[in-house]
Amino acid sequence: MAHLRKTGDAVFSKVEKVNSELFSLTYGAIVTQLLKDYEEVDATNEQLEKMGYNIGIRLVDEFLAKAQISSCQNFSETAEVIAKVGFKMFLGVTAEVTNSNASEFSLQLTDNPLAEFVELPEQYSQLSYSNMLCGVLRGALEMVQMRVECTLTKDALWGDDVTELRVVLKELMDEEYKDDDE
Amino acid sequence: MLVYTLHIFNRSGTCMYYREWSRPVPNSDLKSNNKLMFGFLFSLKQLVAKISPRKGGGFYACSTNVFKLNYFETPSGHRFILCTDLSAGDMREPLRHIYSHIFVECLVKNPLWRPNEEITNANFVQSIEKYITSL
Repeated sequence: MAHLRKTGDAVFSKVEKVNSELFSLTYGAIVTQLLKDYEEVDATNEQLEKMGYNIGIRLVDEFLAKAQISSCQNFSETAEVIAKVGFKMFLGVTAEVTNSNASEFSLQLTDNPLAEFVELPEQYSQLSYSNMLCGVLRGALEMVQMRVECTLTKDALWGDDVTELRVVLKELMDEEYKDDDE
Repeated sequence: MLVYTLHIFNRSGTCMYYREWSRPVPNSDLKSNNKLMFGFLFSLKQLVAKISPRKGGGFYACSTNVFKLNYFETPSGHRFILCTDLSAGDMREPLRHIYSHIFVECLVKNPLWRPNEEITNANFVQSIEKYITSL
């Protein structure tokens, strides 16, 4: 997987950067605003995922355009590409792939740029703070014909050592062409 | 090299963009011709996958004695089709350029653009114009 790491570094050097503190704080502002607007944790988690989805369906094109990688042969390769190239390109960090098989994998982040300065207050202890990442993965993979479910299974903010995203493949979507004449 | 037309389709076969530069025989029924074009490409892709002796790859051009059709498809399902005269070389790079430098920069990163809608963005249209004339 060394070549993927290299691709990740190469793409990272090509993309525009933004100050990481500004990024973390902006994300924090979005989350707090959502908590205010939706007033409860579950609805906020859901909304974060939805926002992520809308980001993901666009972000995949930028990823494909810049990373110039060929299509993945299997789902484990997809996991590695996301961990080493995708995360590096957009967040500047890489993830570790664990528990990977033909239809699911986990991504572990030791360093989560989204949650840089965050502590969860008691009443929000169930908040999936980084749930937007789940949505991004779901949206991006859907655009390349993989329907997945993605959940935040561990979070450093919940007291775990790492932040972990679990991705489960539900369906490989077939391309079909509907002729509306018939 | 002479560029005749450019089509951009999405995965479901909607023609998001069509532009003619030179087309001595007028395109009489745009809508049904676009549909024929997409149907042809879709079937050709399946045919190529079926008869290919090895896994992977796909077609990227085909020609008649009059014109050459250059094809580029992204994993996200966008299809770029450039019809040129026969003197055109390998057009995969230019088509990739249109995708990664014009399509992504002008549309994907533009919050006002809605995916799968017909493209009317002025910046995109101008950039395409400029790039095609530079070929």
